[in-house]
Amino acid sequence: MTLTYRNRELIYLVLVGLITACGFGAVYITRQAQISGASLTYALFFFGLYLVAHVVARLTVPYADPYLLPIAGVLTAIGLTEIYRLGPSNAFKQGVWIVIGVAVFSLALLALRRDYRLLENYKYLFGLSAIGLLFMPLLPGIGQTVNGARLWVHAGGLQFQPGELGKIALIVFLTAYLREKREVLAQGRVKDWGPLLVIWGGAMLVLFVTYDLGSALLYYGIFLALLYAATARLSFIVVALGLFLAGSAAIYDGTPHVRERVTNWLHPWTTKTVYCALTGKPALRQDCGSYQEVQSLYSIAHGHFGGTGLGDGVFAATNGHPLIPDLSTDFIYSALAQELGLIGVSALLLVYMVFVLRGFRVSIFAGDGFSKLLAAGLTFGFALQTFVIVGGILRVIPLTGITLPFVSYGGSSVVSNFLIVAGLMLVSNRANRENET
Amino acid sequence: MNKQLNRLAIFAVALLTVLVVATTYWQTWAAGGLEARQDNSIQVVAQFQIARGFLLGDNGTTKFAVNQAKRVAGETLFFRRYPEHGLAAQTIGYSTSSHSQTGLEESLNDYLTGANTNLSNAFQRTLDKLGGATVHGNNVVLTINPGAQALAQKLLGDNCGAVVAMDPRTGAMKVMASSPTFDPNLVDKRGGYAQILKIKGACGGQGSALLNRTTDGLFTPGSTFKMVTAAAALDSGAFTPTSTFNDPGYCMEYGKKVLNSGNPDQTSPESFGNVTLAQGFQHSINSVFCNVGKKIGAVTILDYAKRFGFYSTPPLETPANQRVPSGLYKNNKLFNPRHPDQEVDPGRLAFGQFSMVATPLQMLMVGATIANGGVVPRPYLVQRVVGHNGSTVISAHPGDLGRAIKTQTAAELTQMMVSVVQGGTGTAAQIPGIQVAGKTGTAETGFGHYYTAWFVCFAPANNPRVAVAVVLEKQLNGFGGRVSAPIAKAVMEKLLHG
Repeated sequence: MTLTYRNRELIYLVLVGLITACGFGAVYITRQAQISGASLTYALFFFGLYLVAHVVARLTVPYADPYLLPIAGVLTAIGLTEIYRLGPSNAFKQGVWIVIGVAVFSLALLALRRDYRLLENYKYLFGLSAIGLLFMPLLPGIGQTVNGARLWVHAGGLQFQPGELGKIALIVFLTAYLREKREVLAQGRVKDWGPLLVIWGGAMLVLFVTYDLGSALLYYGIFLALLYAATARLSFIVVALGLFLAGSAAIYDGTPHVRERVTNWLHPWTTKTVYCALTGKPALRQDCGSYQEVQSLYSIAHGHFGGTGLGDGVFAATNGHPLIPDLSTDFIYSALAQELGLIGVSALLLVYMVFVLRGFRVSIFAGDGFSKLLAAGLTFGFALQTFVIVGGILRVIPLTGITLPFVSYGGSSVVSNFLIVAGLMLVSNRANRENET
Repeated sequence: MNKQLNRLAIFAVALLTVLVVATTYWQTWAAGGLEARQDNSIQVVAQFQIARGFLLGDNGTTKFAVNQAKRVAGETLFFRRYPEHGLAAQTIGYSTSSHSQTGLEESLNDYLTGANTNLSNAFQRTLDKLGGATVHGNNVVLTINPGAQALAQKLLGDNCGAVVAMDPRTGAMKVMASSPTFDPNLVDKRGGYAQILKIKGACGGQGSALLNRTTDGLFTPGSTFKMVTAAAALDSGAFTPTSTFNDPGYCMEYGKKVLNSGNPDQTSPESFGNVTLAQGFQHSINSVFCNVGKKIGAVTILDYAKRFGFYSTPPLETPANQRVPSGLYKNNKLFNPRHPDQEVDPGRLAFGQFSMVATPLQMLMVGATIANGGVVPRPYLVQRVVGHNGSTVISAHPGDLGRAIKTQTAAELTQMMVSVVQGGTGTAAQIPGIQVAGKTGTAETGFGHYYTAWFVCFAPANNPRVAVAVVLEKQLNGFGGRVSAPIAKAVMEKLLHG
């Protein structure tokens, strides 16, 4: 007897629940002096939450890929455990965001269970909202600058990164637009390039006004991936990449913030003091501009092969101040690398790989162009975002502060990632149902 | 479209693979280099998570360095406290977050953190770590006698100088006093280190308090070097204690007079007429030693100096950067002449001038060698290392650095040194009921009537249990016999009587 999609999902979710319980147990054992035993109920609560998501999936998308939800579960569990270890109060907030994420996930499944392809009809609405969301942090009053980049919206005690949702809106728009125009684009009719050039300009503008190199790279990367998938013209990609590099170079020259990021990336350590923009005094770069990057590398190195173990990592200086700012958001990978070691984070990256491969599988098995491109866009965005933040931490590329999907502390990220899972499950549900009947 | 999607999938997985490779690089290949970096705060913090062992005095109860546990951001961190404040501060050193480590805190770090490679130790440590328990280091019992150390520092007072003492039979260091001293507790306090740098003592100089004068301070030995010259003269067979000299008040060298009157150490009158070598030693007559030097030559003197340990860094458990070799120095560098007969003035060398400089420890080793029958004791500071559970991990194995002079020579020198204290330049070191052997030294500093005042001694002369060397810098009209001998006497009494 073969198991149905949803029964397999349930088994995987039980396994994820056990892993979560082990994680919280480990943190509790090492840090019981600081935290109460009641925290162990987190795992139970967490399992219950995913059970709800599972039931919704059973009702709405019975044929959907059974790996996606459990993988989202294990990633949020790893993130929540580490966030909890770093600061129990943040873990509570993150828990609330996961509840909201599951709610949004359920709503999306319920609303689009019959045919998600109607989204196509609203493509320009999505395109406009993508741009609106991207520029929202620039609005005076609600926008907020964090670490030199304007990414946040602050309203009524709630912090939100609208760019995270903007990313999804952009994927929907690009998917719909490219599905419609892919033949003519492949032929290279100039007038059809208009809207796409607008996107390119938009990404450059975002980079220029928000100094957010990471998001610019992310949006543009998604755009290129979809363009390639839709047109199969590598030459477009080469030209587009050239344009991006030229634009970036111009911005590099014109904006000190971007230039500093690149310098910190290439030369994080200095032996002589250099001008420190933060204090206005000379200092070693590792004590100033690249402090975060360098301390994060020390944190990773300290993990070695097996890690210090959950709860035993060193994240505070001898005076109690945190060694690495933004540890539970941008730098959660450094924390995980120290406590779980090479074994642990390699496993984590493998989980990301499995998710990405499942996502592309959904895309390949989908029956129509819109579904294919949507699944590919969502999956590639997920992979690229992981690469941009972890690659930045590991000095593969210049560091830019974006979140590690599902793992980083941050509400907007959690919600938008649940939307990605919902999208992929909707697409795979349709494809699998068609294949079975 | 599936072809493109396949390629995209491969590209996406390749991106993630790059992350695995990069993580592997940082956690294996590059990890060692990153951990060795000075600015690696994690390594600093990790050090503070270990309950370091205590540094204890020779009585096993006086605590030079202990821990103070503090809860910081949910972690228990152990910060060092030094209950004896400035006592032997340069030798004990400090272990701090702001200024790293120095002294024994640095060089004994592996013992103090329990990282020394003893299998049962390593096993226990791993268990502790897995169980989340605090890792405890080993306690180190030092040879330092806290009572004598405190007395030495009190007597040094505001003077710049040093007092060192050892048991000449074993080489166990009993006193390591360097003045001015500092309170290691201040190092991690706000502005504390700057305050320490300002401590000058009577001699002045930035960072003066941090200098461990006992092993890192080089001073002109003056007449205390006559112990070495006399040892060479007797041991080589060129002279006996009764060899006679005529002292006209000067010695002729290179056709010029080398006057006794320049020697502040010598007791009047300025010319003694006919004297023996022993008398020349007793009254520290430069002309006698000048003639001895001319006769036996710089080669022999330097050769014997080397046998006493000159020209090599004395072995001790303190960090190597705190110990310097004694010998001739040229431009602040150890100068080992290839042709001593042409390059060194043997007459002046014989009475401890001519760019000869020595550490207090080196001069103590000379005295202790004579006390020890001619064998150079190997100085040491660690009596034993005791595990957290009370078991002894390591015990000191006293050893020696070889024989410098014959037993007979040592006995003759002892006799000559006894006469110095009985009726020569060192009478201030007499202890009722105990025969003391000693040698004074008063070296010119080149600044008017400021001298470097020495006294090197041991007691009881027939069965020495303690050897002491005292040096005081920049003493205005202060002679070794007058200012240093009383300090040496008090420290000897303290060590002999408790």
